[in-house]
Amino acid sequence: MNDLLTLWSANNAVSAAIWLVLAMTLLYFGRSPAHRILLSTGQSLRHMLRMASRALSQQERQLGKRNREVLLAAARNDAERRIEREFTRIQTLVARDLSGYPALHRQISTAIDNVENGYRESGNSAPLPPAWGEVVNTMAALPSHGDPAVAKILSNIKDAVHDTHKETLKTWQASAGQRHKLLAKMQPEWRTLNGKMDEVARTIDNLDNRTHQLDQQMQHYEEVRRGEDAAVRSLTSSSLTQFFIAGLVLTIALLGGLINFQLIAMPMSEMVGGTSYIGGVKTSDIAALVIILIEIAMGLFLLESLRITRLFPVISSMDDQMRRRMVMISLSILCILAGIEASLAYMRDLLALDKEALQQSLSMAANASGVAASNAEFRWIPSIGQMVMGFILPFALAFIAIPLESFIHSLRTVLGLALVAVIRLAAIAARLLGNLAGDSATLMTHAYDLLIMLPLSIERLLSRQREPAPTVQFDDTQSTDELADAIPDVEEEEKRSRKSRSKNNSNSNSGDAAAAAA
Amino acid sequence: MNTFKRLVATAALPLSLLLSGCGEQTPPNKAVYLLIDTSGTYTQELNKAQAILNYLLANLDSGDSIAVARIDSGSFSEKDIIAKTTFDMRPSTANDQKRQFKQAMDEFAATLKKGSANTDITGGVLQATQYLNETGAGHKYVFIFSDLEEDLPHDHIRDFPISLDNIHVVALNVTKLRSDNIDPRDYLNRLANWQHRVVEGGGDWRVINDLERMDKLIVAN
Repeated sequence: MNDLLTLWSANNAVSAAIWLVLAMTLLYFGRSPAHRILLSTGQSLRHMLRMASRALSQQERQLGKRNREVLLAAARNDAERRIEREFTRIQTLVARDLSGYPALHRQISTAIDNVENGYRESGNSAPLPPAWGEVVNTMAALPSHGDPAVAKILSNIKDAVHDTHKETLKTWQASAGQRHKLLAKMQPEWRTLNGKMDEVARTIDNLDNRTHQLDQQMQHYEEVRRGEDAAVRSLTSSSLTQFFIAGLVLTIALLGGLINFQLIAMPMSEMVGGTSYIGGVKTSDIAALVIILIEIAMGLFLLESLRITRLFPVISSMDDQMRRRMVMISLSILCILAGIEASLAYMRDLLALDKEALQQSLSMAANASGVAASNAEFRWIPSIGQMVMGFILPFALAFIAIPLESFIHSLRTVLGLALVAVIRLAAIAARLLGNLAGDSATLMTHAYDLLIMLPLSIERLLSRQREPAPTVQFDDTQSTDELADAIPDVEEEEKRSRKSRSKNNSNSNSGDAAAAAA
Repeated sequence: MNTFKRLVATAALPLSLLLSGCGEQTPPNKAVYLLIDTSGTYTQELNKAQAILNYLLANLDSGDSIAVARIDSGSFSEKDIIAKTTFDMRPSTANDQKRQFKQAMDEFAATLKKGSANTDITGGVLQATQYLNETGAGHKYVFIFSDLEEDLPHDHIRDFPISLDNIHVVALNVTKLRSDNIDPRDYLNRLANWQHRVVEGGGDWRVINDLERMDKLIVAN
């Protein structure tokens, strides 16, 4: 390296200067091809990356479309399930409340008949006083003019009229009393009618509420079917929420599973032995894990048979009798496993006690037995606690099926969204890199020119001297704009000279090629 | 954390099964051979040996093997084995075995009145290697509870290399003799000599004089 540096002269500076001049000359003469290489490389990289970006964008659109379809399909299924459930509720309501409607109708008809009869009977009034009563009254009111016979007759007539009036009044009062009795009899019938009508109104209200809910579900279903953007946004948000909530619950369930595993792993070694290994893992640990997994599987089957979850279409499409059998079988197995776990938990406690006693005897501590004896009376508390935990945890783990279903369903959406985001980022990155490559190529050409700025400046100076400077004629009559137009544009000049240079280069290249071909 | 590791390991069972077919795995069980020097005044240190044994019993599990032998004038003999057992695969039975083992050791300590005239440590180590290799355990340990001062009868030959492949030899409670106090180089030479023999035989050598540091005596399961 040092030899190369001092190739031209013993003085390093001089030699370096010669090298610099040589390098500059070489770079100057190779300027055009170097520019072409840099620019073409930059352009091709730019085109390639832009194409990649376009392809990724297209892929992103397709994936987004697919995600949308998946989301809408899932939402359609969900909406159908909800509508089906609403219909089932309405059916239950109708079967429960409106099945007694004929009997209710009969009761109401009977009550109405009774009321009608009572009303009709109460309408039969007592006979009115005869029409001649008024004539007699008029006659009785005539003046007697002092004739005793006439007066007596008139008095008799008056008495008779009074008697008749009294009798008629009595009859009328009796009749009115009778009507009041009839009306009083009608009162319970009215109340019955009122109660029955209230009952009917309640049933109809319930039905109306259900129908409104069904309408809302149907409206949601229609939105989903139409694939509206608002519905898709809402469904996406709902899926994300479901994903995180289900993930949280699954994490809790996993911790529960760990506790359960800890509870039964040690006593399991008493059953299957603590010395055998399968692939480096204790057989007892595997057995404990298998028991936990079977419990989870039984929980899945149980909830599937109860149609709470729908992870297995085969189970949910079974007939009711078969499903009931499956419910019984899975529940029985779950109970048996819970019993086994409770007994294992108890055995764990016994083993722990035994080990503790052994440790104490081995440590030979004098006060250890005293401590153990003082605590022995409370030993049943952890024993019972462990047994209860052993029995409860399998049932708690059985319910893992519900969050698991939500997690699996929402996972598709979340994964799709994440993939879209990744592809979008990749597309943006490709586009940015493409632009960067193109701009970098231009920048490198400028940097190249910067390295050979000395010969370039000389060239420019020479070309200016060779070309006659354009003379500008000023005239007093010319306006300012015209004068400005007459001044030559420096940039235009440079462009023109660059073009002429490149033309010369191409001519020389074609000449070389022709010479080579010849 | 340990449970989590175990659970993860269990969950990766299919992979481990697949990999288990690729290479031979070391069995995870352990075998321990405790040699107790019963020569001279070392019998007074028996309570320490009992403490070591208790520690070992507390830390060994189902499937592990243990033997306790004494070092006397001719230790290369099965007669010198005080007690030996391989713990049952059921933890409850293993606990019973540990109790019986402890009882046997206690009885030995109670009945031992007089120390042996000579000290044949090499014979005891040879006997230990035989026992340990027979167990086929993955981790093999020889604990030598002695001052490492070998005092052989004049017709015994022990100056030959011992094969101790994959055996961890741990010298415990190596007490200093009166002569060591005069010239400590004797003590150091004694230790260096045993280390050389063990390492040359393919074994691993450690010295633990402070019995408070027994917590890393054997690897945990």
